Amino acid sequence: MERITPLLWLLFSTGGTVAALLLPVHLFLTGLAFPLGWFDAPSYESVVRLMARPLVRLYLFVIIALPLFHWAHRFRYTLYDGLQLKHLTALIAILCYGAAVLGTAVTAYLLWTI
Amino acid sequence: MSAGPHYTLYHPRWHRRRVSVWWWLQKRSYTWFVLRELTSVFVAFVAMVYLWQLRALAQGPDAYAQFLARLRTPFFLTLDTVAFLFVLFHAITWFNLTPKAIVVRARGKRVPDWVIVGSNYAAWLVASAVVALVLLRG
Repeated sequence: MERITPLLWLLFSTGGTVAALLLPVHLFLTGLAFPLGWFDAPSYESVVRLMARPLVRLYLFVIIALPLFHWAHRFRYTLYDGLQLKHLTALIAILCYGAAVLGTAVTAYLLWTI
Repeated sequence: MSAGPHYTLYHPRWHRRRVSVWWWLQKRSYTWFVLRELTSVFVAFVAMVYLWQLRALAQGPDAYAQFLARLRTPFFLTLDTVAFLFVLFHAITWFNLTPKAIVVRARGKRVPDWVIVGSNYAAWLVASAVVALVLLRG
């Protein structure tokens, strides 16, 4: 655990930067502006066409996988400090990072096969 | 009075008051801190929605239309509004904290905090514009 701590911290900080730079605008459009009809949402065909570009796939991988690791790291400490669960350290770490690894694997698989 | 200190084999246990699980509601700065930490939950939620969108996209046009219809329900509109506010809060606190996490030096001098924070916001503006342009033009 001690040996991979710097890597986990790096994933936390890059994930946090990605989430800060890209998620607000992406969520504003896909979660609010398109569903509420403020702007026209791209059609299925145009989304499929966009997905053909490797850069778009990379973008989607980055905005899904890295924020998951950001969550895993931060939420782990939120549970320790907020709910005083110091005795469950190992279990919480396995569940949090495990969920992030699983989410990353599913994302990579979907982007590879789509 | 006493005949010198008594040495014991074990370290004495200090008296400690148990801290409530709701300690962070007692002071406003603590509440902001915990709210900031909780932004990660919404960050993960947003990532999971995009994962769900990828799955719908892989399943074909009908599944994708169903996914878009789900996002138009009041439940998801409410959730996405709350998530948007939390993600925004994350972005602002993240950008403002970077000068405390990294010290940048140029020509032997420390780059002032406002330059680092300012370049964060500039990068945010550019990134948002690019994403918006791609998503709006389809």
